[in-house]
Amino acid sequence: MEDIEHIEKGMKLINADGRRLDGRKADELRPVRIEAGVLRRADGSAYIEWGGNKVLAAVYGPREAHPRHLQDPARALVQCRYNMAPFSVSDRKRPGPDRRSVEISKVISEAFSAVVFKEQFPRTSVDIFIEVLQADAGTRCAGLTAASVALADAGVPMRDLVASCASGKIDGIVCVDLNKEEDNFGDADCPMAIVPRTGEIVLLQMDGHLTYDEFQKAMEMSIGATHRLYELQRDALRRRYSTTLEDILKEAPPLPPPPMQESELPPPPEDDFGPEGI
Amino acid sequence: MSGEIVSELMRAHVYRLASTGQRVDGRVLDEPRKVVVQRSFVKTAEGSARAKLGNTDILVGIKMSVGEPYPDTPNTGVLSTSVELIPMASPTFEAGPPRPDSIELARVVDRGIRESKMVNMEKLCITPKEKVWIMFIDIHVLDYDGNLFDACSYGAVAALASTVVPAKHHSLGEDFALPIEHWPVSVTTAKIKDILVVDPSLDEERMADARITVTTDENGDIRAMQKGLSGSFSYDEVKRIIETAQRVGRGIRPVLRSS
Amino acid sequence: MQGSGSLRPIVIPGEAVGGPGLKPGPGTYSEGGQLFAAHLGIRDEHDGLVSVIPLNGRYIPQRGDAVIGEVTDLGASHWLVDINSPYPAPLHATESPWRVEFGDTSRYLKVGDVIMAHVLSVDEIKRVQLTMQEHEARRLNGGMVMEISPTKVPRVIGKQGSMITLIKDLTHCQIYVGQNGRIWLDGNDRDTAVAARAIRLIEERAQAIGLTEAVRELIERAERETRGPRPS
Repeated sequence: MEDIEHIEKGMKLINADGRRLDGRKADELRPVRIEAGVLRRADGSAYIEWGGNKVLAAVYGPREAHPRHLQDPARALVQCRYNMAPFSVSDRKRPGPDRRSVEISKVISEAFSAVVFKEQFPRTSVDIFIEVLQADAGTRCAGLTAASVALADAGVPMRDLVASCASGKIDGIVCVDLNKEEDNFGDADCPMAIVPRTGEIVLLQMDGHLTYDEFQKAMEMSIGATHRLYELQRDALRRRYSTTLEDILKEAPPLPPPPMQESELPPPPEDDFGPEGI
Repeated sequence: MSGEIVSELMRAHVYRLASTGQRVDGRVLDEPRKVVVQRSFVKTAEGSARAKLGNTDILVGIKMSVGEPYPDTPNTGVLSTSVELIPMASPTFEAGPPRPDSIELARVVDRGIRESKMVNMEKLCITPKEKVWIMFIDIHVLDYDGNLFDACSYGAVAALASTVVPAKHHSLGEDFALPIEHWPVSVTTAKIKDILVVDPSLDEERMADARITVTTDENGDIRAMQKGLSGSFSYDEVKRIIETAQRVGRGIRPVLRSS
Repeated sequence: MQGSGSLRPIVIPGEAVGGPGLKPGPGTYSEGGQLFAAHLGIRDEHDGLVSVIPLNGRYIPQRGDAVIGEVTDLGASHWLVDINSPYPAPLHATESPWRVEFGDTSRYLKVGDVIMAHVLSVDEIKRVQLTMQEHEARRLNGGMVMEISPTKVPRVIGKQGSMITLIKDLTHCQIYVGQNGRIWLDGNDRDTAVAARAIRLIEERAQAIGLTEAVRELIERAERETRGPRPS
């Protein structure tokens, strides 16, 4: 397992030709692959591989909101829980939420709260779960992008999907989609999430140092990236619902063996409306 | 059904079918579901595997670090197993500290691996009494469709089999494959009234009166057992269950051993 | 099987589905004179009305729906019924087919019983009440219950019940389809399993063309296996 210590001090994150350590140019996204409907129990689900990130997202809901006192009589709650598996990072992470996970859960909940048609489901909760299985920076953007697909897969009514990407600055150059080394040794990181059709920003965070010009450049790069992500989200959903009949029939379970005798029609149902009840 | 309480109607249906040797999903009574294993799924872990038992889906990661041994075993490595029943796997799983269910699950899986001496723990000693390899088995349940005991165990065994000890990273020499010497296979049987079914599905598990998990090694010897739920077994049933576990285990072992 | 690959195009939430001149139907919303899909589904246009038929989603009760529920709790004068919906559905003793004395509810329906009932009312904040006063309402005995996505129920029933009638005729099973995605089947084990398989096929391929023929062929093939080489 490679880790950050192999980068010598003073080594450049982006060279004179504008190539980053993994060969990408400043405005290049890492390879992304999305699959919808990967789990059986959850109402909706999606899996994303984004560079070295592997993230699973699942949705239950709308379902009865618990505890009762948190229910909103006028609308659904939109609640997200972001969590990292212990083996998702090089130094094992102890199970359970830490402050970073709690904060990320909150900002992602708020992002989806802006697009879900909450008023259609009073007193319920739409529960979104994001599980990072393997991390390589940008997990909240990957998780959010997958969770959008999971929400659509679950049939949750929304104004639009949400797509998310981060941009930052490394060696003074504004770049899109920082990987782990770039995030650790870079000068700024700015994750954002957008409603593709309207351009509304529903998540925005930043840490580091950016001039106003650099910020605008970073946002433009991220916005460009989210358009490409939206195409991948849509493809994932379309692919999910277009398996062929032959595939379905192949997966059908075996039938029980035929009965020994000719079967008779079942007797008509008993009418047990008598006073004895059961 | 989606509800947690199995209806009387479905209990009667499952039992009636089982009395003729059949199950709702088409299996016979002593037939496990298909086991599918995918090794080295997670690159940030020293070893990993994804295991599917029917639709039950588990991801296991092995993380290794260097630390002090336990005082009563100064020359062996340390093994620690934990299970997370993450909320996405089932509407019945809630976020929060481990419940008795997940703790029992982790301890039973751990026992099967530890007692079978699957990993040669003496070879994980670096400096006696001072430095040993610490191994974490983290089991992440992704999708719950019955029989977590077996699914989690298969994932853990396959993950261990894919593990490479990161000696180089700790300046302790060359990386080496985790020394595996035995192959435990867990087989769980549920009892519904008087009928025994192997590898219970979700509905069968919800209706079961009792359950036994038996872990056997490649010689058919018993390495771990756990009886659960509030029903009981006759001694004859226990013997039958062990024989079945040996036989079914033989069928599943090659899937866990191969890459 | 003919037409097994043909599909109608899928739209995703936020995708444009119509312009001025078209009216917004179920599953759509309008903004700035344009219509957009509100959920994942299939675009449908009829007489100037655009709607999006959902491919997935929870069951939201509507007045008059026939539902199959499971009793999960009871009180002195009501039962609580799980109808696979985000909203708990009480059945009041006065809406049952029996004369229930106060406190005597467990005599008629116990926890774990399965019933065929109807949705009596749904108010503005989605509080639901059930009734068992309709003709087909009953406690269900025997048989088995399966669950499909509620959005596929119309396809399982078919135009004027054509699909479900086909399955019932070919498998000789009694079948009740609840709007909430729960389906009760009763027949011999083999026929019930065949009927269940046919219903799963419809659930997986609800939007396919040629589905009726595929279902007929599945059932007839299974029946041929049952009968063996005997003359018919």
